[in-house]
Amino acid sequence: MAGAASSEIKRILKQLNIPPLKIKQIIVAVFEAEVNVIAHSYGGKIVCDFEENEITVQVIDTGPGIDNLELAMTEGWSTATDEVREMGYGAGMGLPNIRKSCDNLDIYTKAGDHTHISMRFTLGEK
Amino acid sequence: MNDIPFHHSLHVLDDLCKGCTHCMKRCPTQAIRIFGGKARIFSERCIDCGQCMAVCPNHAIEIEQDTFEQLQAYTYRVAIIPAVFFAQFSDTFTESQICRALYDLGFTHLYLAETGVDILNHLHVDEPNHTSMLISNYCPAVQRLIQIRYPVLLENMSRIRPPAQITALFARSELAEACDSIGIYYLTPCAAKIAQIKTLGSEDNNLFQGVINFDTAYNKIRTMLTKNKKSYEDDNTTTFFFPLCTAKASQWSLVKGQSSNKTGRTLSVDEMHNVIEFLEQLEQEEENNLDFLELDACAEGCPGGILTVRNRFLATERLRHWSKSLPSQLPEYLIKRIDKQKDILMENLYLETPQPKEILKLDLDRAKALHKLEKVQQILSVLPLIDCGLCGPPTCKALAEDIAKSEASIRQCVVLKLKDPKELNSLAKIWGERTIGSTVQKDDQA
Repeated sequence: MAGAASSEIKRILKQLNIPPLKIKQIIVAVFEAEVNVIAHSYGGKIVCDFEENEITVQVIDTGPGIDNLELAMTEGWSTATDEVREMGYGAGMGLPNIRKSCDNLDIYTKAGDHTHISMRFTLGEK
Repeated sequence: MNDIPFHHSLHVLDDLCKGCTHCMKRCPTQAIRIFGGKARIFSERCIDCGQCMAVCPNHAIEIEQDTFEQLQAYTYRVAIIPAVFFAQFSDTFTESQICRALYDLGFTHLYLAETGVDILNHLHVDEPNHTSMLISNYCPAVQRLIQIRYPVLLENMSRIRPPAQITALFARSELAEACDSIGIYYLTPCAAKIAQIKTLGSEDNNLFQGVINFDTAYNKIRTMLTKNKKSYEDDNTTTFFFPLCTAKASQWSLVKGQSSNKTGRTLSVDEMHNVIEFLEQLEQEEENNLDFLELDACAEGCPGGILTVRNRFLATERLRHWSKSLPSQLPEYLIKRIDKQKDILMENLYLETPQPKEILKLDLDRAKALHKLEKVQQILSVLPLIDCGLCGPPTCKALAEDIAKSEASIRQCVVLKLKDPKELNSLAKIWGERTIGSTVQKDDQA
């Protein structure tokens, strides 16, 4: 179910005394990435690294990779299937929203291979 | 009012508590632990929703209340009555008879809490919080739940005073001209309202001098009505007159009572676990199209409050039925009375945004919290993960967190103790022996 992983991450973030607005930001990005994995890929995993002043979330899927990353980063561009759209997703805002939410975004992708996105969030002074 | 610790209205009666874990499993904020065979409520986590009291099979959760005797301290004794109170009685008793019994019990003035809704409407009060999605602040248990579990949503809370507070302000300002010894009492269907009123320094604490529980009031009035049945029925000449409210306002405490008064896209969610499920969802959504959210901790809204006497569906029905006899517009005399107090009311319309309560954190220092989080994961890997609750905390995860915070010991795990007592000894050495309940346990043995 989309959202299960981000819920779990949210629970952990709350325990770490991270400011609520930052949590919201992180969760929005992770949720979008999680939906991407479910909607577009064959499956994948989420790896989180929690450090004192920085949180890195890596979302690694098993394929098939993104054909045209530049287009995928464009607001409104979507390759989602009708089935996914019927469920209310697939508005073409996933990657653009992720970029807005995190402090640093790295994407590795290759058509026919897989996609690995790495989101870094810096935490300000407590 | 923001830094004040919550006052709590619910307490465990040790003599009756059997340590059965029902309450602990039900608690929405994991505020209960069993130590030495007795339930303990952690005050910094408890939101006074009353779920534990509702589920306790041994009636071991007690709720505090003020006595009727203390009314005598004031010359004017004002009751602020939620409409749902009248709905506790069967149709045999009319609203007017119930009012008469309230006067006979010692109240000098009666006000309907829902009149506050009409006052706010009449004064055309605007919401000072211009967030795109507003969350109602009507249910005190939900507000505390958000303070503890969903702090990011606090900025969406409405900042207009809830109707009962407005009615209390109105009553005081109206009566102050005639008398300076005024005691205002709220008749409450729930524990959370008691807790709010009893929290020293809170807005409610300033406005109300005391609180009378629904069940107590019901019993007293019911006795009075039965005893004086004949004289009340024969007396058709006296009608009891107090500020009413409009038909719409009277349904404020029911599910959809608030949202049906709002324009735009609204949503009503009732009962604690539904509210939690919904808030979890809400917290991680980027945006939605909702304009107003009404969240009620109890099923069916206030008729489902833990202090109510009557079946909540029947009570809801009576309230709806009664509302049909109420006017759709405020009567002229009441408008005049409200206008007279307008200046005072207009100065006191808003509340501050409630502050988050930092209790879900493992540690306020992020580095230490991170360290504890790692510890939790390690501890979890050896726990049985069956959430039996015999150790004291409600789940294996909660036990792991308690151990990481040095508030429990791995020795509490009954499954590990049966399986491999030696291993348990070495684990206890690694993760610490300390438990908060240790003093309690010693007392029990002695």
